[in-house]
Amino acid sequence: MAPLTIYEKIWDAHVVRESPGEPPLIYIDRHLIHEATSPQAFAALEAAGRRVRRPDLTFAVMDHSVPTKNRHLPILDAEAATQFDALTCNCQTHGIGLFDLHNSRQGIVHVVGPELGMIHPGMTVVCGDSHTSTHGALGTLAFGIGTSEVEHVLATQCLPQFKSATMQINLTGTMPEGVTAKDIVLAVIGRIGIAAGTGRVFEYTGETIRALSMEGRMTICNMSIEGGARAGIVSPDETTFDYLEGRPFAPRGKDFLTAVEYWSTFASDPLASYERSVELDVSRLAPQVTWGTNPAMVTDVVACVPDPASYADPDERKAAERALDYMCLEPGTPMTDIALDTVFIGSCTNSRIEDLRVAARVVAGKRIARTVRQALVVPGSRWVKEEAEAEGLDRIFRDAGFEWRDSGCSMCIAINDDVLESGARCASTSNRNFEGRQGKGSRTHLVSPVMAAAAALEGHFVDVRGLETSR
Amino acid sequence: MSGLQPFLKHTGLVAPFDRINVDTDQMVPKQFCKGISRTGYGGILFYDWRYLSGKAPNPAFVLNYPRYDHASVLLTRANFGCGSSREHAAWAVLDYGFRVIVAPSYADIFYNNCFKNGILPVTLDDTTIEELFARVDRHYGYQLTFDLQEMSVGDDFGLKLTFEIDAFRRICLLQGLDDIGLTLAHEREIAAYEASRRYLPTLRVTEMPS
Repeated sequence: MAPLTIYEKIWDAHVVRESPGEPPLIYIDRHLIHEATSPQAFAALEAAGRRVRRPDLTFAVMDHSVPTKNRHLPILDAEAATQFDALTCNCQTHGIGLFDLHNSRQGIVHVVGPELGMIHPGMTVVCGDSHTSTHGALGTLAFGIGTSEVEHVLATQCLPQFKSATMQINLTGTMPEGVTAKDIVLAVIGRIGIAAGTGRVFEYTGETIRALSMEGRMTICNMSIEGGARAGIVSPDETTFDYLEGRPFAPRGKDFLTAVEYWSTFASDPLASYERSVELDVSRLAPQVTWGTNPAMVTDVVACVPDPASYADPDERKAAERALDYMCLEPGTPMTDIALDTVFIGSCTNSRIEDLRVAARVVAGKRIARTVRQALVVPGSRWVKEEAEAEGLDRIFRDAGFEWRDSGCSMCIAINDDVLESGARCASTSNRNFEGRQGKGSRTHLVSPVMAAAAALEGHFVDVRGLETSR
Repeated sequence: MSGLQPFLKHTGLVAPFDRINVDTDQMVPKQFCKGISRTGYGGILFYDWRYLSGKAPNPAFVLNYPRYDHASVLLTRANFGCGSSREHAAWAVLDYGFRVIVAPSYADIFYNNCFKNGILPVTLDDTTIEELFARVDRHYGYQLTFDLQEMSVGDDFGLKLTFEIDAFRRICLLQGLDDIGLTLAHEREIAAYEASRRYLPTLRVTEMPS
C-alpha cells in the first residue's frame, strides 16, 4: 500500500459518499458549538423543520461573550444574555450537552474539548470558530466552519468537503531557553506568510514536535489558520496517549488499550509525501514579537521594526506602511524599545496550565511596571483555573499586580467587557493582531506567555533568553 | 440554508477596494457578532473604516465615495476574507448589496461562506485584476456583467473573459440549492456509515460533568 499522511488516513476513514461531480460527503465525529456562531444555525434548522441528528456527538460551551469577573451577578450585557439564553434553550430543545457559565468545566471551547478527553486521534472535529485547528494537536482533522455549515452538521452530522492539499512543516532542533511553541508558530507564519495554507492542511513533523508537550502542540496547531490553513495536524504518539489517559471523556481500562491501538494506525507513514514541505531549525530561533496588523508581520525580539521600503511587492509594501501607521511605529525602532500599557495572558492559543506556569515563574516575587495600566491573566477553563490555584499561581500573579479572572475568550476577541481603549498597546498571548481586534484603535503585539510576563514587569519587550526563570 | 436566491446573471457597478489580506474582523467588527439573527448587517460592513466616531461616514473611505453608491460588485486584492470564520462577514457583504466579489484569491472559510449565501466570488489572475482596477478608475460608473451559466465576465469596453469555478458550487448557485436537503437525501448512506463504526471504542462518551 502506498504510504499515506495522517490527513489522508482520516479523510479515507470518514468518506460517507463519493460521487463524480460532487464534493465527497465527510462524517463529523465531534461538533463543538458556542453562543456566538450557533443561534442563526438553530433558527434556520428549526425554520426548515429539521432536527439535530446526533446530539450525542455535539457539545456546547459558553465562551466568547462570557464575563471574566463577577459571574455570580446577573449578566448586564443584554446582547450576551440573549446569546446565552438562546444557546441554553437550543441545547435543551435538542438534547445537547452544555457547559454553561456556571458549569465546573466551562472554558474556551478549544481548551475544554481536549482537556475533557472528548477529542481523540483519527477523529473529524468541527466548530463554528476558525481556531478549531487547535484540536489537530491530538491527531485529528479539525477545522473551523461558518454558521451555514454548523447548521449542515447539526442536521446531517456530515459536510460536503473538497479534499485539501497537504503541506509539511518539519521542525528540527532543540528550542533555546526562553523560546516556546508560540515563537515557533509565529516564526513559521512569518516565513511562509498568512495565505500559504489556503487550500492546504498543515502537518507538523520532526523531532521538535515530538519533544513538545500537548499544550505546546495545541498552541502551534491553533495558529495554523493564521497561516491560512483550516487545519493543522500532529500525528499521535505516546505524548498524545498519555495526555488522554484518565480524562473524563476518554475510553477507560480495556477500551483505552483498544483505542490506543486504533489511534496509532492514523500516524503518517514514514514515506508519506506532501504537496509542499518547509523546514525550520528552531535551535537558533529568538523569541518572536509581531509589529504589524497580521500575524506574519513578526520579527525577533532583538530585531527592529522593519522598513516598508524593504518589501519588493508593492501590495505588501503598502500593507506594511498602513500597518506601521496603525501601530504608530517608526521603521528601525528596536522591538525592545516598544512600551506597553496592557498585558493579556489568555486565549485558546496560550491559556493552558503550562502557559500559566511559565508566566508565573517569570513574575514570581516581582511587580509589574508602573506604566502597565492593566495586566490580565484569564485561564482557558475553570479546570485550568482550579489547577493553577491549587499550585498557588493565582497568588503569584495577584502579588505581582495581575488581575486573576474567570475563564473565557476575553480580550482575544474582546466582545465581553475586556476591551482595549483606542491607542492602548498590548502584549498579548492571543492569535490575532488585526486592526481593532482587541478594541477599536488598539494595538496588539502577539507574543508567548513568557514574553508577555517579562514585558509586564519591564513595561517594554525584553529578550527572555537572558532570564534565569524563563524555562 | 434553504431558499437561496438563484444566481444566473448579474450586472452591477464596481467598487474598488485596493487592499490585500482584508480580514473578516474588518468586515464585521467583533461587537456586531453578538446578534442572534443573520440579517441587518449591511449598515455595519467595514464599520471601523467606514465611519468616523459618532457614526458619521468617513469621506475618505472608498465605499463612501458618491460614485460608488449602490455598487454591487466588490473588486479587491489577494486573500480576501482571511481570519475569523464569522459568517456575519458574508451576511454583511450581501446585505450591503454586493452580489459578486472579484479578487485574485480568497481565504478558505470566507470563500465557502459566500456560496452558502448566494454571493459569487470570482477568482481572476493578478494582471486582470490590475486591469480592472485601472478601468474602474478610468470610467465613471464602470459596470461588469457576470454570467454564471457561461462563466464569463464582460464590460462595455470590449472586455470579455471567462473564469473558473467548481462545477458543483456553480450548480448550487445557479439553482439556489439547499445543500442540507441534498445531504439529507443520502440518509441511507449516512446511516450505513454510522452502523459500520458503532463499535469503535473511541466514539463512546461518558457522563457530562455538571
